[in-house]
Amino acid sequence: MSKIVAAAAMRGAKALVTEAEKLVNKAIEEKGKDQKLEFPETAFFLPMANALLGAEVKTLNEALPILKEAKSLLHDEPTKDLWLPYLGGALDSGIAALLAEEIICAIRYLKGIEPQPDCNGFFTDTILRTLGIQLVDGRMPGFAAILGAAPDNKTAVEIVREFQKRSIMTFVGSSSNGKSIIDQLKEEKVEMGWDTYIVPYGRDTISLIYPLHWAIRGALTFGGIKAGNAKDCLMYCKERVFAFGLALGPLDDIKYASGAGAINMGFPVIADTEIPEIKPTGICTYEHLVKEFDYKKIVQKCIEVRGVKVKVAKIPIPVSYSAAFEGERVRREQMYAQFGGKFSSAFEYVRTKELNEVLDGKIEVVGPEIDEMKEGAAFPLGIVVDVAGRKMQHDFEPILERQMHSFLNEAMGLFHMGQRNMCWIRISKEAQKKGFKMKHFGTILHARFHDTYGKIVDKAQVTIYTKKEDVERIMPEAVKVYEERDTRLAGMTDESIDTFYSCTLCQSFAPNHVCIVKPERSGLCGAYSWLDAKACFELNPTGPNQPIKKLQVLDAERGEWKGVNDFINQTSNKTLERFHGYSIMTFPETSCGCFECIIAILPEANGFMVVNREYAGFTPAGMKFSTLAGSVGGGNQTPGFMGVGRLYTISKKFLSADGGLKRLVWMPKELKEALSGKLKKRCEEEGVPDLFDKIADETVATESEALVKTLQEKNHPALTLPPLM
Amino acid sequence: MAKEKISAEKLHEICYSCGIETIWQRYDAQDPHCGFGTLGLCCKNCNLGPCRIDPFGEGPQVGTCGANADTISARNLARHAAAGSACHSDHGREIARTLLLFGQGKAPSYAIKSEEKLKKVAGEYGIKIEGRKNEEIAVDLGNAMLADFGKQNEAPVFFKRAPKKQQKIWKNLKIVPQGIDRPIVEMMSRTNIGVDADYKNIMLGTMKTSLADGWAGSMIATEASDILFGAPQAIRSQVNLGVLKDDEVNIIIHGHVPLLSDVIVTATRDEEMLKLAKSKGAKGITIAGICCTANEILMRRGVPVAGSFLQQELAIATGAVEAMVVDLQCILPGLTTVASYFHTKLISTHPKAKFPGMEHIEFEEEKALEVAKEIVTKAIENYPKRDKKKVNIPKEKMELIAGFTAENIFYYLGGKYRGTYRPLNDAIISGRIRGVAGVVGCDNPKIQSSKAHMQMVKELIKHDVLVVQTGCSALACAREGLLVPEAAGKFAGKGIQEVCEAVGIPPVLHLGSCVDNSRILIACTNMVKEGGIGEGIDELPVAGAAPEWMSEKAIAIGWYFVASGALVVFGNEFPVSGSKNMMKYVTEDVEKVTGGKWAFEKDPIKGAHIIIKHIDKKRKALKLGDVMYKSETTKAK
Repeated sequence: MSKIVAAAAMRGAKALVTEAEKLVNKAIEEKGKDQKLEFPETAFFLPMANALLGAEVKTLNEALPILKEAKSLLHDEPTKDLWLPYLGGALDSGIAALLAEEIICAIRYLKGIEPQPDCNGFFTDTILRTLGIQLVDGRMPGFAAILGAAPDNKTAVEIVREFQKRSIMTFVGSSSNGKSIIDQLKEEKVEMGWDTYIVPYGRDTISLIYPLHWAIRGALTFGGIKAGNAKDCLMYCKERVFAFGLALGPLDDIKYASGAGAINMGFPVIADTEIPEIKPTGICTYEHLVKEFDYKKIVQKCIEVRGVKVKVAKIPIPVSYSAAFEGERVRREQMYAQFGGKFSSAFEYVRTKELNEVLDGKIEVVGPEIDEMKEGAAFPLGIVVDVAGRKMQHDFEPILERQMHSFLNEAMGLFHMGQRNMCWIRISKEAQKKGFKMKHFGTILHARFHDTYGKIVDKAQVTIYTKKEDVERIMPEAVKVYEERDTRLAGMTDESIDTFYSCTLCQSFAPNHVCIVKPERSGLCGAYSWLDAKACFELNPTGPNQPIKKLQVLDAERGEWKGVNDFINQTSNKTLERFHGYSIMTFPETSCGCFECIIAILPEANGFMVVNREYAGFTPAGMKFSTLAGSVGGGNQTPGFMGVGRLYTISKKFLSADGGLKRLVWMPKELKEALSGKLKKRCEEEGVPDLFDKIADETVATESEALVKTLQEKNHPALTLPPLM
Repeated sequence: MAKEKISAEKLHEICYSCGIETIWQRYDAQDPHCGFGTLGLCCKNCNLGPCRIDPFGEGPQVGTCGANADTISARNLARHAAAGSACHSDHGREIARTLLLFGQGKAPSYAIKSEEKLKKVAGEYGIKIEGRKNEEIAVDLGNAMLADFGKQNEAPVFFKRAPKKQQKIWKNLKIVPQGIDRPIVEMMSRTNIGVDADYKNIMLGTMKTSLADGWAGSMIATEASDILFGAPQAIRSQVNLGVLKDDEVNIIIHGHVPLLSDVIVTATRDEEMLKLAKSKGAKGITIAGICCTANEILMRRGVPVAGSFLQQELAIATGAVEAMVVDLQCILPGLTTVASYFHTKLISTHPKAKFPGMEHIEFEEEKALEVAKEIVTKAIENYPKRDKKKVNIPKEKMELIAGFTAENIFYYLGGKYRGTYRPLNDAIISGRIRGVAGVVGCDNPKIQSSKAHMQMVKELIKHDVLVVQTGCSALACAREGLLVPEAAGKFAGKGIQEVCEAVGIPPVLHLGSCVDNSRILIACTNMVKEGGIGEGIDELPVAGAAPEWMSEKAIAIGWYFVASGALVVFGNEFPVSGSKNMMKYVTEDVEKVTGGKWAFEKDPIKGAHIIIKHIDKKRKALKLGDVMYKSETTKAK
């Protein structure tokens, strides 16, 4: 709290408490101490006093102890020199202001002068319940309380429209320089009310208590916090109610005092005037008091400072958008234009920028739009998404980037394959006819990034390049980053880190199963690499991916760690005691049911086979995938059988304690071909360069006798290894 | 018109030219200091000796009993730590005893000034609070605290306060002290002839003894004092010899235990006393402190501070002090020499600390106010004897803010309803604040510049390290104007400036006397609990320093911080440098044991950078980003 702000808040609080006291005393004189004092339709008495002090004020007389508490919170302004600490005192003054404002408004109700003309006044419990739940469960991203008036009507309208666009509930009121934003909006015929998300509370600052009342009752109603548990109520508001104040026009003592009250609730204030900023964080999640003179950026600034997570309810594109369209193909004859594949150069690239470098929602097409493209032809394309967020890390970039595939695919008439600079996109004739434009790539990505990755993405802007020279100019930067990412991942080994991640996503149907996600072994469903799990943990710290410290290495060869044993014992509901990360024969990893492949022992061949889910035929184990799957899943340790992801086959840790890749004797042709490049490399690394050719597939054998015969013919190394059983 | 005032430096010169011997002359006369003592290679623990080890490797490498340099220096250091721990803990015992006496109705001069703290601490001790009078709780708490001193088989209660991680480390090392007195006795026993000879084992014992000081003896002193004399709040006052008044009775209280000094402050505000003073021609009574007693009454009552340890003789040399009242610790026997040139009455008050040449008026808790009034009366009656010609009060005085504690930080950072350490932890995480350093300890004529505290602290805050202080170190920096809120804008880095501006605090926070180093332990624990910067004190980006240490108490303090996981930088080496193994152990190996370690650096700027480097290392281990704002390094001299 800067000294100037603290002093103003302390003065303002003093004035408010004095006024409240005067009003209460006068009312007692006129109407007697037992006169009822209440807000309409609420079970929370004076809600602020109820939440913070546990008080149940029903009469004028009962307001006196509240005033007493408010008075005890008042402080003298900090001295000019040699001042004493003032932040605590200023925050206390803020609480005093809220308690006083509440009493003043209640007395106004008593006098029948609230609600003010065109204003909502006190928010009833009914409104609290119907709209409040949306606020605390995240459906409504936040609420803005605007105080004062914009420099002109047009700006006032623009600001509320920006909030409206983001489904942010906006409470408007107070005045500056004798003008209230309420009248500005009224003059511009902006429709106000709960339906339009623009609600006027009152033309003075004191009535700002109504939206704050609403928030604090959220803590009591939805947070289940007991009245009188002040700190918990305030913390609930900070953690769950994404509100902030936007002060338009100069701030006076009353506004500063109310602002200090709001800051106690974790609600920062953004102003459009020259004010002393308070940047160190701690009472609010981020900065406490911030200025922004540019009205084009002020809404952005509010969102950023409060950490509001924007959700775009409906993606505004002219074609339908749903997961249902993900698998839809656009065939050549249906195609209006295509990008990438083998037809032109195209790339997709997500990069992290500083918060001030990204203008959220900005979408720019550099080069020809779709209408300027010739039907049926291929064009260059570069989609660059700049994201910024306080919690954004470079490690998350590939995760976001990979999601572009499904995000774009879910638009009807859009086909997407591949990734990075190997992507291939088609737009259908029908989509083009409906008005689908290149810029809509940006619209989709902006909305989905916010929606899916709101915890890390605070801002996203998309630039779409459709000119060849631009694409060729920027692509090398992207390629360089792709390579860096690959190196980083490739260089990552189980030994190079001290923490694995769990995945218990599937415990809903396999209650005792836990995946231990390691750099060299992804989750068995293939969807979660170690980096993904790490990112998921950062996004959702209480979610299914929890960090597991390896701690003491108990058996380096078989992959046994104390930390993992402890963890697995706990999370498998005590059904498992030990875990060997690198063996299928001793304490192997359990399986849920989502595995991409199954590894199964073939005792006659002294080795193992890998079979993927897509392979429908018989295997040398005498069973089809589907039959095998029945005996592998369910969260049990079944030595000799294990569910894995496809890529595990080419991991250096592939059954490394049991002989490694040299034990691999059979796999379906499709899988072998899909992995061929890397698998061959791994064979070389294992010192058996021709091993690749020695691994049999269904074209060679589908039952064990024939398999053993061909292995013997080819001299497969598994036959010379120590017996498995 | 009053005559123009001299500077403190001038006062120093006056002493010198008049032949008044002070600590600086006596220090010079000792030069060169005993080399064996400096290196820690002299053993006189038995009558086989005294023995000494030849540091050049030519003469004997073991004593008569066969103890080598490692064993001898370790034993010497261990005994220093035990003595320091004893000193603090004995202080704590006296306050706890007074709390008990108050509860029993035997010490009517006292009161429960912090009911909140009485109840909180009693709660920690498992004492029933509900429906009971303060006096009843005080009896139980006094007894329970005293019982902590004599425990044989369990740790003192406050050990529960430490972070879980530290508790576990101590348990594994078997250095959780059983009681407070027992480890001190044990240390005297194990350093006897023919007992513990393994320097590493002796150091573990040293840590156990010192932990009993920090997490129990000193902590009891702090907590019981807060209960009896009030929990400090931020408070304004003044420091330096210029606080003494030309036309008032000046009384100086010097020493450590606030039991008498607090009551003397009360006595000087008594109408009857003021009337007496006026009748003797004085305009009033000024009371000012020296050393840690000064800090105790500064923190709680805003009483101005005349000076730190090194200034005690100079205070008398002002010729304006009617009485200097002392209790114990850091009181120079040389005071009587200086006083013999002036009218100043020296009054000793503690049965455990008498000084030849001082008048002794024994202090008893049962009649504290009576004794205090007797002393104040003597001072007033001495006023007419003041020789105006000999009066030389220096002009220097400086404003300061004191009164910060581990508890009130919650309020200053979040107010009544949102009290929290979050803004501090956030500031560290975001890099506005690089880390926190405790710069504490004595002042020492050995450090020629006598400005080591100030130089180190300025360098630290310039690099966005928030500084907390206690003891004479705090007073040294206060004299230089570092403890005022305006100092942030003048001396601190941009990050600290932003935080100080937001909270309204100075960049250097005064946490009290030397027993109040226990407040720093609690503040660190609160930081751990707030979360985000480590699971234990050893992970926090913090460090400690005593650039001009001299007392054995400093060794105990340093060790309890090292044992709690902190880096501690001393200006001068403690006497173990004759043993390579011991030096390696204390500066390197111990880090693998507790997470803390020692460093020695005479140059305060370089010392500051050892701290900065250490904090940066801890930040890196916590995966915190760089500091928000860059700062330039001051060239080391």
